[in-house]
Amino acid sequence: MNDLTQPGMPRTAVDPMLPLTLAGVGFAHRGQHLLHDIDLRLGAGRTLIMGPNGAGKSLLMRLCHGLLTPTSGTIRWNGRVPNPPLALRQAMVFQRPVLLKRSALANLTYVLAIRGCPRRQRKARAQAALERFGLAQLAQRPAPVLSGGEQQRLALARAWLLAPDVLFLDEPTSALDPAAIRAVEEAVDHFHHSGTKIVMTTHDLNQARRLADDVVFLNAGRLLEHSPAERFFAAPESSEAAAFVRGELPW
Amino acid sequence: MQRRHLLSTFALGIALSAPLAADDERYITLASTTSTEQSGLFADIVPQFRETTGIDVRVVAVGTGQAFEIARRGDADSLLVHDTQGEEQFVADGYASERLDVMYNDFVLIGPSDDPAGIADADDALDAFSRIAASGSPFTSRGDDSGTHRAEQRFWEEAGVDTTGGWYRELGSGMGPTLNTAAGMDAYVFADRATWLAFDNRQDLAILFEGDEALFNQYGSLLLDRERHPHLKHDLAEQWHQWLVSDEGQAAIAGYAIDGEQLFFPNAGHH
Amino acid sequence: MPIADNAFATALTLIVTLDPTLLNIVRLSLQVSLSAVLIAALIGLPLGASLALWAFPGRGAVVVVLNAFMGLPPVVAGLMVYLMLSRAGPLGELGLLFTPTAMVIAQVVLVLPIVAALSRQHIEALLGEYREQLASFGLGRARMMPTLLWDARVALTTVVLAGFGRASAEVGAVLIVGGNIDGVTRVMTTAIALETNRGNLALALGLGLVLLLLVACVNAAAHLLGERARRQMG
Repeated sequence: MNDLTQPGMPRTAVDPMLPLTLAGVGFAHRGQHLLHDIDLRLGAGRTLIMGPNGAGKSLLMRLCHGLLTPTSGTIRWNGRVPNPPLALRQAMVFQRPVLLKRSALANLTYVLAIRGCPRRQRKARAQAALERFGLAQLAQRPAPVLSGGEQQRLALARAWLLAPDVLFLDEPTSALDPAAIRAVEEAVDHFHHSGTKIVMTTHDLNQARRLADDVVFLNAGRLLEHSPAERFFAAPESSEAAAFVRGELPW
Repeated sequence: MQRRHLLSTFALGIALSAPLAADDERYITLASTTSTEQSGLFADIVPQFRETTGIDVRVVAVGTGQAFEIARRGDADSLLVHDTQGEEQFVADGYASERLDVMYNDFVLIGPSDDPAGIADADDALDAFSRIAASGSPFTSRGDDSGTHRAEQRFWEEAGVDTTGGWYRELGSGMGPTLNTAAGMDAYVFADRATWLAFDNRQDLAILFEGDEALFNQYGSLLLDRERHPHLKHDLAEQWHQWLVSDEGQAAIAGYAIDGEQLFFPNAGHH
Repeated sequence: MPIADNAFATALTLIVTLDPTLLNIVRLSLQVSLSAVLIAALIGLPLGASLALWAFPGRGAVVVVLNAFMGLPPVVAGLMVYLMLSRAGPLGELGLLFTPTAMVIAQVVLVLPIVAALSRQHIEALLGEYREQLASFGLGRARMMPTLLWDARVALTTVVLAGFGRASAEVGAVLIVGGNIDGVTRVMTTAIALETNRGNLALALGLGLVLLLLVACVNAAAHLLGERARRQMG
């Protein structure tokens, strides 16, 4: 089980999860092949998955996180088959944050409760997380009435309390205004500096330039490129990636 | 918070259902007819019986046919109905060990006060039934296999009337609803006097024919067979059965009146 | 409308004077219907949630049967329970016929399908929204259930109230299994039926108004709760 006594302090150091390796991973749904033969190895740092619309970015992330099971190929965490204890060391933030129909504070105490945190510690830890993400004033506000940016920060605060070794973010800023985008990027930085592996999809080239350590480029369900961010943006290997970086591929 | 809420809901439920279970007092369940219950007789005489014996009588009032069925299935401790033929058959079939006459009232023919069929001056009950059929005036029948319905059918049969015409409306209802319907459509109706006297929604209806001895409506109490349904409260039921025909019970029945009019006439010891 | 005027006067008199017979009938009605709804909710909410959460062979059939039973005529439910509880029936030994407990059972039969079928619909809709997030938290289906039931509480309250409405308004089932025994199993609806049968339309309508008032109060309370929750939760 995840050790929740020190929020934001992943266990990677003592029991590393990385690297995450995918070998020949494919996914088909109702006879349609959506992902083909993905070979990928992700180490520490911030990985950004990019590609035009329908490339399979979200799908790839769901397979990595274990929400979906690949129809072919294997996924290994530091050589281990995905299992429930490993899944508990991951968290995911969705494009449209899924928040419970409760107060902001209750959304946070909820995850502490399901992870077995003692009742009397929950409120204080949830408050601390709200403060860290600039939501302290909104503790008692029902989550569904928060603005899009506030909701996404609340989802990040919730993920923070899970102290994940790996955090998946599926286009977390695509529906937000610039100020909210900046707040989310700062939050991602928090995670990164506390040692959490970041896997994130985005449409936003500038955001990718700001955040990425390495870039995975998908097109039409195929992995075309996985390279360090500088090389990807300076000299993409594939012509598709080159067109994408120039902003010529439709999202 | 969630758990506390659930617990309090649960506690509320327990609190509400608790009084339903507490039920150790002495009582019997009596299957009887709607006409007796609706006339208000039981509400008057049961307290007197309870006073004497400490036994309460819970009356399930249904049609005579259903009352027989309830007793046959062992769902009532005692039976008080008004279908002498059926009662005697019930004893013969071994469901009851004894049948006693308790009281009678009488049936009356009721109809719109302008009496389109002219039954008010009929020679006898059969003549009155024939006149209704001949005039084609609407007639509402209970059609529920009750004692009253069975008695009514015997009159049509004896009068040789075919009741399949559109004037004959079979309702499948108790006495009260049938009277309500008759009042609504200005129809003739065959009813027991007790229910009629206790009935409020008369509108234009009135008693048009009464007094013929053929309209005599005998009630009998049945002592159910001990061996067939050993679980029943036979001892308590027998006290009720005997009290009905005792001097005290008979006086109680004779004493029940609505607006000064006696509804039931005790006649235990006849037969 | 002399009967109607009379009925309002009768109803008012009954309520204002706190007529003991009326209070007794109202208390028993509430006891029976609330107990039935409570039991139906304790079984029906988890059942509905389970049907939403787990796919198993024959689930479609179960859902169709539940939906069909939502429209079960009360008399038929009453007859079924009567035959079960009758001395000649399989549960006759319990001696429950013509008791309030029998009425509770009959109303559970009426209310349970409503609670289970409607809560399945609501939970299924909410599950569509929550499934990925809850799975991401590492929750299995069984552990998703309490979260779903709690977060659907506004809709489920309405469902349970619909059940209460059906239970408190029906007459056919309780008449058959309760027997409408004065002071023991006589509830609002059977009392109304009896007074109608006696041609005592004013009293019947008066009792009907009291029943209407009760159901209206319960629904108003629920409506206010729901509105408050909706305002809070957007």
